[in-house]
Amino acid sequence: MDTNQYLVLFIDEGREHLQNLNDKMLVLENDPNDLSVVNEIFRSAHTLKGMSASMGFEDMANLTHKMENVLDALRHKQIEVTSDMMDALFESIDHLEAMLDQIIQGQSDKRDVSDIVKKLQVIEKNGTISNSDEPINLSQSTNVAAISKPKNNEQYDLNDTEWAMISQAKDAELSAYFIKVNLTEDCMLKAARAVMVFQAIEGRGDVIKTTPDTEKIEQAEFDLIFTFIFITGESPDKIKRDILTVSEIDKVEIDEITPRKTEDNIKTSDHPTEKKELDKSKSTAPVQVNKTIRVNLDRLDHLLNLFEELIIDRGRLEQISNEVGDQHLKSQVEKIHRVSNQLQETILNLRMVPVETVFNRFPRMVRNLSKDLNKKIELVITGADTEVDRSIVDELGDPLVHLLRNSLDHGIELPEVRLKNGKNETGTVQLRAFHSGNHVIIEIEDDGAGIDRQKIIAKAIENGLITSEQSSKLSDQEVFHLMFASGFSTAEKISDISGRGVGLDVVESNIRKIGGTVSVESTLGKGSRFTVKLPLTLSIINAMLIKLGEETYAVPISSIVETMLLRQIELKTVNKKDVLIYRDTVVPFVDLRHILQVPNSDCVSSKQAVMIVKQSNHYLAFAVDELLGHQEIVIKSLGNYLKSVKGISGATILGDGRVALILDCEAIA
Amino acid sequence: MNQLGQNTKFILFELNEETFGVPINQVVSIERPQAITRVPHVQDYVKGIMTIRGLMVPVIDIHKRFNMAESLKATEERIIIVEIDDMMVGLYVDSAHQVVDLSPSQIEDTPEIVGGLEAEYIDGIARYKEDKLLVLLNLKKVLTTNEVNDLKKIEV
Repeated sequence: MDTNQYLVLFIDEGREHLQNLNDKMLVLENDPNDLSVVNEIFRSAHTLKGMSASMGFEDMANLTHKMENVLDALRHKQIEVTSDMMDALFESIDHLEAMLDQIIQGQSDKRDVSDIVKKLQVIEKNGTISNSDEPINLSQSTNVAAISKPKNNEQYDLNDTEWAMISQAKDAELSAYFIKVNLTEDCMLKAARAVMVFQAIEGRGDVIKTTPDTEKIEQAEFDLIFTFIFITGESPDKIKRDILTVSEIDKVEIDEITPRKTEDNIKTSDHPTEKKELDKSKSTAPVQVNKTIRVNLDRLDHLLNLFEELIIDRGRLEQISNEVGDQHLKSQVEKIHRVSNQLQETILNLRMVPVETVFNRFPRMVRNLSKDLNKKIELVITGADTEVDRSIVDELGDPLVHLLRNSLDHGIELPEVRLKNGKNETGTVQLRAFHSGNHVIIEIEDDGAGIDRQKIIAKAIENGLITSEQSSKLSDQEVFHLMFASGFSTAEKISDISGRGVGLDVVESNIRKIGGTVSVESTLGKGSRFTVKLPLTLSIINAMLIKLGEETYAVPISSIVETMLLRQIELKTVNKKDVLIYRDTVVPFVDLRHILQVPNSDCVSSKQAVMIVKQSNHYLAFAVDELLGHQEIVIKSLGNYLKSVKGISGATILGDGRVALILDCEAIA
Repeated sequence: MNQLGQNTKFILFELNEETFGVPINQVVSIERPQAITRVPHVQDYVKGIMTIRGLMVPVIDIHKRFNMAESLKATEERIIIVEIDDMMVGLYVDSAHQVVDLSPSQIEDTPEIVGGLEAEYIDGIARYKEDKLLVLLNLKKVLTTNEVNDLKKIEV
């Protein structure tokens, strides 16, 4: 049978289970006596085994089976959790992840796992008293087996040929079973599950009839339950077990069919009837579950695109309504404005995902790295449920991995050093995420050695980034920021983990690409804190529209510190450069029209204003000819042909259909 | 030059009374001139950026791209929107109003220089309607030669 159509499902679920394994194993490592966690791990491994076996990925099934043996021994307290065991289990997960990656790339799951299999076997035996091939205890899982009362043969609705086949089977010492499979209510791909069920029992016998018929089953034209008649030499329990390896199956009922004319129905059930009642009570108990659906991301993107069009048209409509000046029109347009604002919030919320999806791989990473580095490090994650737009989350992983590695490698000292300095032997790295206004802040804070200002300065001078005269004037912030300059690395030793000198500048450019900033604070000997500030969403922002000459530009409100009238300020000249004094700081005053090559730059407007904007660690001021007011704008990229233009982060469509460029305040020099 | 050996449709456009052609499968649409917003720090032949159905499309002034003199009597200017390798670009031309069907036999290889255009931008020359000559542009080259790559790299 063609399994390709279920591959996507398999990959998705496989990933989830592997992540779950990773998470739960870390929990187990911290609390080796928590048997409930062992059970959870066991279940994930077990499901993974069943899934991969039914998809024909034998190496994967094999390895998970070995893991399962160890876990089984563990939960029956035949062996104890040891560090070796955890290492071996983690290693197995790495192998499984690699296999899954291979499968994703369209290869087979073939992989040399003999070493790890040997390790697992040794672990399983050591401490295991009896290595009895204990059958998997299915009652542990939620798939409570229940075999129903005998039924009348008429219920099976079989025709003569089928009865004949059943009789023949009986003569050949095979049995015919009526099997009823009940899928769970939240089952997504009923057809896929059904086919997986048939795959699971393929080779054990023959399916002679299905209800509804096969075609309908494959089209998912059934309601959670489908039944089939199966002729086999295997025991019903074995078949049931096979079927239950497929996930999302609520229960399986198996009845033996006796050939016609024979009156006595044989019960295959030896299960206590209480179980069935228990099952019933479970199903009637009202469970408050939030109903969710999975939606393809493309659809969400499409929805957002459509909404952006709507926002542009709304802008046009507002402009027209202002020109017409009709009260009815105006109030109606205002209503549309309000509703679309709510719509915007809802749509953007749909796209929000918790940063957890990025954070959840870090505990593993920290565990591995601290072993490699011979350091003792504890990672404390807070605010993993903080939500960010999906497009940001996608770009966030790499920069955070780098910052985290940086903290582990350069920040946290070796245990001996820490003890000598009167610190706790175990270093702590805090990974925090939280909302702040229209931003999401992610902080990585370590209690390590801190950053040595002098070392940074020396290195920066050596690399020609600054001169020694400049260095004395720089604030700590500015000095630390030099680390993000390209070609800068202070690690005395180049290590695998970080310090190739290509790191932090890439981090910054990646973060800037998604509209964020990164800053550093540090106290020598106490530790450092890297703060990443990100916008909540990338696609719609609040912006101030300004006029320069005849042209209109948009400046993100988030970059603006203050606007004032030109005549209110007093320009000074320092080193032949214009500056103004704002709140006791010297702010460079630049000629934006010149920077943006605006034609007819000499016309002077009476509405001239000065705008002060934020750059990563200082302010910048420039004159604009007119402030046109603020509005929500939709950010569009300039397209592949122009990719990046200095000082411009994108473009937007104004109410009159014209394009306005969006200023990138960070990149205006 | 035609790899398929079948007839290909070309959209014809005029520049300084010379006729050029681009394969129809690279053309997204032909638009009337509309507001174009100037973009700073780009090559001078990039007229600016405009929007077509919500997409941002940079517009290239083909005259300047090929160092031709500006047309004086163009009154039916059009912007031909083309898409090549995920790049959508508008070509600002004097006029565009014809589609021709060319068979491979009508297409000849490029002589060294055609109308001041370097041969690398040209896929071939075609004869159509008695003795009219038509220059077939290699848009990929026009959009991706070094100059354009420079343009992409202008600043980070």
